[in-house]
Amino acid sequence: MNPNRIRNTAFAGVGIVSVLALATGCGAADTKAGGDDKVVLAEPSWVGATANAAVVKKLLEDEMDVKVEAKQMDEPVAFDALNSGKADAILEDWHGVPKKQKKYVEDKKTVVSGGDLGVVGHIGWFVPKYWADKHPDVVKDYKKLNKYYKDFKTSESGDKGHFIGAAPSYSQHDKGLIKNLGMKFKHIPSGAEAAQLKELKRLYDAKKPFLTYWWEPQWMNEQIDMVEVKLPKYTKGCEVPESKAKCGYETNQLEKFMNKDFANSDSDAAKFIKNFKWSTKDQNKVAGMIAGKKMDPEDAAAAWIKDNKSTWEKWIPKKK
Amino acid sequence: MSSPTLTKDEDARPATPGPAEGPAPERPDTTPTALSRFLGNPKAVVLVCAVLVVVVSALVSGSGAWPGALTADVKSPLNDLDDWLVDNRDTHWLFLYFLLHFSNAAESSVDSITSLFDSMGWIGVTVIGTLIAWAGGGADLSRRALRTGATGLAVFLICGILGVWEPTMETLALMVVAVVCAAVLGFLLGLASGLSDRFERILRPVFDTMQVMPAFAFLLPLVLLFNIGTPSALIATVIYASPPIARLTALGLRSADPAALEASASLGASGWQQLVTAKLPLARKQMMLGLNQTIMMCLSMVVLASLIGGGGLGDEIYQALGALKIGEALVAGVAVVLLAVLLDRTTAAAGERLDDVVKAGLTKTMARLRRAVWGLIAVLIALFAAIGSAIGEGEWPDGWTVDFTNPIDTAVNWLTDHIGSGIPVLGGTITWAEGFTESVLNPLRSGLLATPWWALALLVAVIGWIVGTWRAALTGVICLALVGWMSLWDVAMDTLSQVLAGLVLTVILGVVVGILCARIDRVERIMRPVLDTMQTMPQFVYLIPVIALVGQNRTGGILAAVIYAAPAVIRITAQGLRQVDPAAMEAATSLGATGRQQLFGVQLPLARKSILVALNQGVVLVLSMVVIAGLIGGGALGYMVVQGLSKGNLSQGFPAGIAIVCLGIMLDRLSQPSKGRVRD
Repeated sequence: MNPNRIRNTAFAGVGIVSVLALATGCGAADTKAGGDDKVVLAEPSWVGATANAAVVKKLLEDEMDVKVEAKQMDEPVAFDALNSGKADAILEDWHGVPKKQKKYVEDKKTVVSGGDLGVVGHIGWFVPKYWADKHPDVVKDYKKLNKYYKDFKTSESGDKGHFIGAAPSYSQHDKGLIKNLGMKFKHIPSGAEAAQLKELKRLYDAKKPFLTYWWEPQWMNEQIDMVEVKLPKYTKGCEVPESKAKCGYETNQLEKFMNKDFANSDSDAAKFIKNFKWSTKDQNKVAGMIAGKKMDPEDAAAAWIKDNKSTWEKWIPKKK
Repeated sequence: MSSPTLTKDEDARPATPGPAEGPAPERPDTTPTALSRFLGNPKAVVLVCAVLVVVVSALVSGSGAWPGALTADVKSPLNDLDDWLVDNRDTHWLFLYFLLHFSNAAESSVDSITSLFDSMGWIGVTVIGTLIAWAGGGADLSRRALRTGATGLAVFLICGILGVWEPTMETLALMVVAVVCAAVLGFLLGLASGLSDRFERILRPVFDTMQVMPAFAFLLPLVLLFNIGTPSALIATVIYASPPIARLTALGLRSADPAALEASASLGASGWQQLVTAKLPLARKQMMLGLNQTIMMCLSMVVLASLIGGGGLGDEIYQALGALKIGEALVAGVAVVLLAVLLDRTTAAAGERLDDVVKAGLTKTMARLRRAVWGLIAVLIALFAAIGSAIGEGEWPDGWTVDFTNPIDTAVNWLTDHIGSGIPVLGGTITWAEGFTESVLNPLRSGLLATPWWALALLVAVIGWIVGTWRAALTGVICLALVGWMSLWDVAMDTLSQVLAGLVLTVILGVVVGILCARIDRVERIMRPVLDTMQTMPQFVYLIPVIALVGQNRTGGILAAVIYAAPAVIRITAQGLRQVDPAAMEAATSLGATGRQQLFGVQLPLARKSILVALNQGVVLVLSMVVIAGLIGGGALGYMVVQGLSKGNLSQGFPAGIAIVCLGIMLDRLSQPSKGRVRD
């Protein structure tokens, strides 16, 4: 190896190492991210969550002069963010990440519950009403679906019926359920909520039969009429592990979670978020304006705030 | 030399109608004439034998599952790692003294740029942006400088009018930091590999992997290391975007004119002086080209990063889609395209200008003027930062926006409703998509699943050996084995069937349109902005209209991949055809060849090399869409990565990501003729 090349190699090596050293600096890094007085809300990707965040943001900013940033993240990521302090609160959790919830809330105690949101969430298997009206026996008993599985066949599902599964980050155990209940259906997951909604809308408009994972509250329920198929009753823990799941879904009191430091800070913003509680109907109203009437979330929140002063007045902490 | 032709046949094969009919929907034999030609060629005979083995073994065994004994449990260690990372993220020295510095530095630099934009106000940002574009174009009254300046002004104003000012600024801030970091990192790596052969040998496979690796695959580990939000987004972007500038810097340094170097050496320049005064200035143009590509890659990644809390325009798009607001998503997408146009034109103009300077030299007054302009820009930035908020609002005034979203929604809905199923006789896209799934995708998948793993490995080895070297064959087989070893064989075959089908469609479409572009100037003029848009429009935007057209299924995913990958194939094909020696074309014409004969007899064979490059690009691009396709019903590996990412589940997402990388490297090696491999 000639000296020139050795020199060049050394040159390049030293350069890279020194840049790395420069980038890392010395001493311990600050682990707490953020830290200013801005409140960061974790906002999952569904419209109901947008409605929560929009109303809270508008009220905090207009009535209490607190700066709010709503960052889009789904539940699993949001729990990490609450743990690290990157987010201060999530306003609507469907208990879709029990493992993380246990780890952060019970073990590490970095995340605390912020109380119920007031909205009741319900997940289940649904078919469109036009199809259910023709086959009323199905609605009372999921087993009857096997009688009609041929109606649900598509090019994706082969010789079984097509079950439209949930988006990846949502609480679900349909794959195990379909197998354990002996359903002649193939679970085909949706890649994103938007994809599922568009697919349902397409099938609904074409008046085709379909069986899907579906939930309330959901703004599209104002545009399409769905009927739930009765699944075996939920008992606590019956869905874990998924491979043994044999029951439907729990009816869920949706819950708020907060970063512990933020919750204990005793700030007005934290108190407001703890007080924040509204009904499914209220949320649907705002969500319907955002998604159905295609309004800007901020305008939709403003419209709701204008008409419902008595509801939100109670959330604002009393001045000392 | 028949090997390149063979490559093409091999890849094109699944498109032939054959697979739909036979009981072994595997590999239809080549046409008789071709067969007789192949028989004279030992490599071809080997290939045909391998294909026969595959077909027969698939028929006999009927199931090709990877043997359970050869798999390893990768899940438990990954779960342990996951737990460890979460538990120690704020206590372990690795984070406290090393990684957290990265994330904090990233966070604060992006924050400071955002607040700088904020305090400059929209007037300040627009003025500075226009000035920078103008200065990049040459800072004079030439057409080029004025045009880039005007582009800058128009882009900022349109973003404001469309009502996406704030997210555009967030994206721009993340972009500025990402481009600077990627450029610095890329430049240093390029310097290292340009000056030292040893570094080049070490870095080349690294760059190769970085480029075939789908961006999504490495988002997940980054999220675990750096937490969600800006740092992960930034680091993912930098990793993804630095290879082009590194490669081109190295290339520029290595291809410097030896005469110039000799001259500088004979004048007694030391190694360092030679680098600074001769090598780097001579490599400037290549470096500028690299910067241009790096910027474009940064932009596409910055949008993807919204999935891990990157914010900005990507967020806007993702959220609009959640409420099925196509119009809103499209408007944000247009802002991304505009930013891309601005950055592309400015860096391209700067590159051209550097070229002129090298050729013509620079007058003293011009040099002084340019320095003055850059000085002015710096002063103005400081000035606006100080008083910007006083002369105008920080954000674009609400009254000056025009809402295009509802008309767009209506138009898109009308279109998808009517093309979707309303066409008489032809049936509409939904029927076609079902036909495609049933007659191509399903047989292809069951064929791949029925083929025993060892037969498939044999086929990969043979193709690799024929196309490239034994190294390519070995790499391909190792990749395949790795997939099986992680117990992802069946899922990977599902993905492979989609990739092959998508690839064939992309190549057919790309080559046909490429030929049209190369031969008819008007088509080329019409297609250029269309291709620009297809390449830079964030893929999220067209996912929902695609579902309306073909439903949520694998065909939808493939369609999205074709939209994304076709432009590159079209461009390379068209360019290759146009570069065919005019003398050869002239000769063909004078011999009385018709247009068709000229195309098939002269132009296409002479452009074969570019078409192969196009094929290789197609492979990489189609594969990078696998994950995106997972978002709209592609299922398989793509869905696993998406779910792993959104559930924060390392043990699910990471192996799936690795499997995609394995398929990518395998297909890349199988489609890369031996020329390229010799360098290894």
